[in-house]
Amino acid sequence: MLFHLAWATLLRHRGRTVLTVLGVAVSAAMLLDMVMLSSGMRASFRNMLVASGFELRIAPKGTLPFDTDATIPNATSIAHRLQADSDVTTVSPVLGGQLHVTVGQRTINATALGGIGRVQGDYDITDGRVPSAPDEVVASAEFLRASGLAIGDTIRAAAGYDPELRTTTGSRALRIVGRAHFVYLPAEQRAIALPLETLQRMQGARSTDRVSLFMVKTRAGANADTVLHRLQRTLPNVSMISTASAMQQVDQRLSYFRQLALILGAVSLAVGFLLVTTLVTVSVNERLGEIVIMRAIGVARERIVLQIVLEGIAIMLAGAIVGLGLGLLTARYLNSILASFPGLPAAIDFFLFEPHDAWTALGLLTAVGILAGVYPSWRGASLPIALTLREEAVG
Amino acid sequence: MNDLVLSTSELRRDYHMGGDVVHAVRGVSLDIARGEYVAIVGPSGCGKSTMLNLLGGIDRPTSGAVTIDGARVDRMSDRESTRFRLHHLGFVFQRFYLMPALTALENVELPMAEAKVPRGERVARARELLAYVGLGARVEHRPAQLSGGEQQRVAIARALANRPRVLFADEPTGELDAHTGTEMIALLEQVNRDGTTIVVVTHDDVLAQAARRVVHMRDGVVVDDRMATR
Repeated sequence: MLFHLAWATLLRHRGRTVLTVLGVAVSAAMLLDMVMLSSGMRASFRNMLVASGFELRIAPKGTLPFDTDATIPNATSIAHRLQADSDVTTVSPVLGGQLHVTVGQRTINATALGGIGRVQGDYDITDGRVPSAPDEVVASAEFLRASGLAIGDTIRAAAGYDPELRTTTGSRALRIVGRAHFVYLPAEQRAIALPLETLQRMQGARSTDRVSLFMVKTRAGANADTVLHRLQRTLPNVSMISTASAMQQVDQRLSYFRQLALILGAVSLAVGFLLVTTLVTVSVNERLGEIVIMRAIGVARERIVLQIVLEGIAIMLAGAIVGLGLGLLTARYLNSILASFPGLPAAIDFFLFEPHDAWTALGLLTAVGILAGVYPSWRGASLPIALTLREEAVG
Repeated sequence: MNDLVLSTSELRRDYHMGGDVVHAVRGVSLDIARGEYVAIVGPSGCGKSTMLNLLGGIDRPTSGAVTIDGARVDRMSDRESTRFRLHHLGFVFQRFYLMPALTALENVELPMAEAKVPRGERVARARELLAYVGLGARVEHRPAQLSGGEQQRVAIARALANRPRVLFADEPTGELDAHTGTEMIALLEQVNRDGTTIVVVTHDDVLAQAARRVVHMRDGVVVDDRMATR
């Protein structure tokens, strides 16, 4: 009966209740977006790192992977030493660079990744197959769109280009055998992946037996950080980073995002709290007579509290449900804007929806709904019956 | 009187207003037998409404005792007196005070729901009570759709929901026109004839004359207490 009474009381002033619910919905949408923002980049970055299963990344001393153009010398020797570790199952060397592709009268620049097709973790084939011969490549959809080329076409690509002399170096013919989605590159990036040795030869002496990065998979059950420390002792001239320590660095760099999200989330909760408290307090003040009569006819004080708190929760929940949809739409729109930042990997989402986020937002809003009902319910339940009746009779 | 349902002893109620003390009820002792119909009358400010609130356990005396069916209402905690009012007392007020969001049926159900009466049972009793007060055809109407007299009838049905030992009514005809007031007086007489003890506070001479006993108050004390002559 009290649930029914609470609901019926809210419906007595439909316009006012709907407006408050909409206000709470905006606040709930903002809260959900802030919860999604605070965890979205971190979660999507982590998903990106662990997707290919490589737990360790080895870069030139003092750098992060692809942080500079620096390369690791003696790559073959290092690869052998890495593979010699009993906990290492896969070693994937990667060399980065640029390719200048001649298409008719035009030259199209593309990011080049040299690797070993069968163990690489940089791209997923969306059409065609992985390169297996030295002159085979796969290209990003954006490269194929910009060049007008297709799988099966042969291109002329050079690893070096002198704009003053307008001459190329390390040029050779390559055949496109697949279309690929490059995991760590922005969606709009023009990219080509080719065999490591082919790219090393095209880049010439500066890249002989050199790579930009090693990605390492460890045995199932092995502790990646333990393996990392062991490898660091045997290979002191390179920098190693595990997924866990990469996440720590990401956490540090994203801390201001989380602080921003926390502050804005708290503000949206406070706004929701004030909206609901105001509405319920006004509603209680309008029906002091009804409330004391309920007390007079024997309705317990705690039942009065419950009824008023239920009103607050009902508004919060209704607002939260509307706000969930609104928040997801807003997040999708904001994500599309932020995702167009230059250089941002396509796999990174600023606002990543996870059911946990929705439950977190819903839990916070319910708690705030309860808190919002505390003051008006305390006021309603603590009214002196006889005195209020006398004042109501006079008023 | 052997079958007392309500008695007070040296009942006092003082109010502190600013620096002054107002003695609203000053040492009233009153015995009411089961089945009586008592009207408390007197000029405005004589303390009759305060008296009703003290008798009904919705106000606490400064001193003295209120006993209903052997229970010391004045000594009860807030929780105890609330439960006591729910199960043993009924109230009707001048302004009806129905829940505007609920139908007539739901308004009558409310005290039974609070008393944990099963839904089927309380709906049946609420319909029965609304038929008893002459509103059997208007059970689904909300208060705003009812006249003043009909709202007061719903309030009486609500007051009778948990089969009270005593029904307290504070100016029940105060907001009604003469014709509707007369109907209300007849209904209260019917309720009393059917066995419910009634204590009514009123300015309305016609209502007071309907009671079998009239208690006159002035300045917080009982100045006259006599059986009505009809």
